Amino acid sequence: MGSLGVILRRELASYFATPVAYVFIVIYLLMSAAFTFYLGGFYEREIADLEPFFRFHPWLYLFLVPAIGMRLWAEERKYGTVELLLTLPITPTEAVLGKFLAAWLFIGLGLLLTFPIWITVNVLGNPDNGVILAAYLGSWLMAGGFLAISACLSAATRNQVVAFILAVVVCFLFLLSGLPMVLDVFRGWLPQTMVDGIANLSFLVHYSSLSRGVIDLRDLIYFALVISFWLVANRIVLELKKAD
Amino acid sequence: MIEAKSLTRRYGPLVAVDRISFSVEPGTVLGFLGPNGAGKSTTMKMLTGFLAPTDGTAVIHGHDIRTDSLAARRKIGYLPEGAPLYGELSVERFLRFVAEARGFRGTDVGQRVNSAADRLSLGEVMGQTIETLSKGFKRRVGLAQAILHDPPVLVLDEPTDGLDPNQKHEVRRLIGDMAADKIIVISTHILEEVDALCSRAMIIARGRLLADDTPAGLLARSRYHNAITLTLDDLETAASRLGALIESREVEVRRGKLTVFPSSQGNLFEAVTRTIQAEGWQVDQLQLEGGRLDEVFRTVTDNAEAA
Repeated sequence: MGSLGVILRRELASYFATPVAYVFIVIYLLMSAAFTFYLGGFYEREIADLEPFFRFHPWLYLFLVPAIGMRLWAEERKYGTVELLLTLPITPTEAVLGKFLAAWLFIGLGLLLTFPIWITVNVLGNPDNGVILAAYLGSWLMAGGFLAISACLSAATRNQVVAFILAVVVCFLFLLSGLPMVLDVFRGWLPQTMVDGIANLSFLVHYSSLSRGVIDLRDLIYFALVISFWLVANRIVLELKKAD
Repeated sequence: MIEAKSLTRRYGPLVAVDRISFSVEPGTVLGFLGPNGAGKSTTMKMLTGFLAPTDGTAVIHGHDIRTDSLAARRKIGYLPEGAPLYGELSVERFLRFVAEARGFRGTDVGQRVNSAADRLSLGEVMGQTIETLSKGFKRRVGLAQAILHDPPVLVLDEPTDGLDPNQKHEVRRLIGDMAADKIIVISTHILEEVDALCSRAMIIARGRLLADDTPAGLLARSRYHNAITLTLDDLETAASRLGALIESREVEVRRGKLTVFPSSQGNLFEAVTRTIQAEGWQVDQLQLEGGRLDEVFRTVTDNAEAA
């Protein structure tokens, strides 16, 4: 077990030592169920799939993931523990990765705990479980993207509320950048290739194909790049702001 | 040993630490003295690898903090200002985390944690959540995580700040116990602490190193060094009589006390006691002053302000 694992375990211990973990998981499960049954019309559709369940994940994550990510660095900076952490013989990269992975695994745990809905749909009909698995993977990857953004912005401030709001706004932009209302703003004055580029940055575009069961390498690479980019940015922001 | 070579840290246009150089040998308790915002904490943050120096460097037991930061950090135990801790964890869980992050594995972890906890008498609170502890216990947990890996260098930023007199005494005793074979660097703005703890003191103000001496050496810079203060009824007569001695340079009457400052000639104490006997004065108090650290501190730092 390297330093990465040590940090990861400490972070997870902190989640479960505070109400954060329980509140998050309960709210996440309640809200995803409410969306699935009421807004998604899970029963009324009479189709044995989990489309109504996965359809709302981007909107659920938009608020819940920044709520998990906001504390990652803002809290450490506020209480000064960042000084303790970064003077231990571990590299900043290990610290950034360890914290991110702990939060990502934690969200993954929440996602796994939605398994009753998977059982339900299998009891009621014969869904394509391959599609469901791909959708779960896509959902978790998308959560990772939101989380990396939130973690980076959390390092920019000592104030968790500011971190939360910044993260929601940036996540919202990433979510929506594929929609016409955003693209129309750029269409007038940017060349088409750049508009396409912006459209391609959208979480929704890449998530929707995964949630339909299409595992395209480009979508996986996309999420891997988004996460890496924001984690590198996290490392840089941390270095710049830790002294303040 | 620690060797700082023109350590400098700038925050934009502000120079927080300005070319500070010094070297420290094992067995030294070095005190950083200075007003708030003088650069003490920033210097410590650079020594411990939290902040990169803008210029200059320091070498900790052969490891350069710029090029070999991880190895340098392994040699150091650090108590940051205010002793920050992960409040939501139990004392044991927290110390185990630090031990693991310090590279201990398996049964070593438990051994390290227990021996540090023993040293700081944390036994009864090991299972308690850190944020529910009293300030004194929290400080002890902070010290326990710093000494857990038995580092040759300890850097303690205001280790007694905010503690009550008994807790202060306790922390000082612990530091004193560990001093023999280590380098301990503490920062403080409590002057008595320097006298009580340190074998060497540095006065830092406005980022610059203004004095580097033993506490006794600093005291000797005081104009009160070897002065004699006495309390008696007829201060006026005594003042003129003692002021005329060749052993005295000047006299000062303040708050019902008379202080006689030594000139460079003869032994003032003998001269004063001789005079008292000869004149038959009724003296209530007679005190030979070692020097006043607060006065040295003010003089040194005020000169820096003026410069």
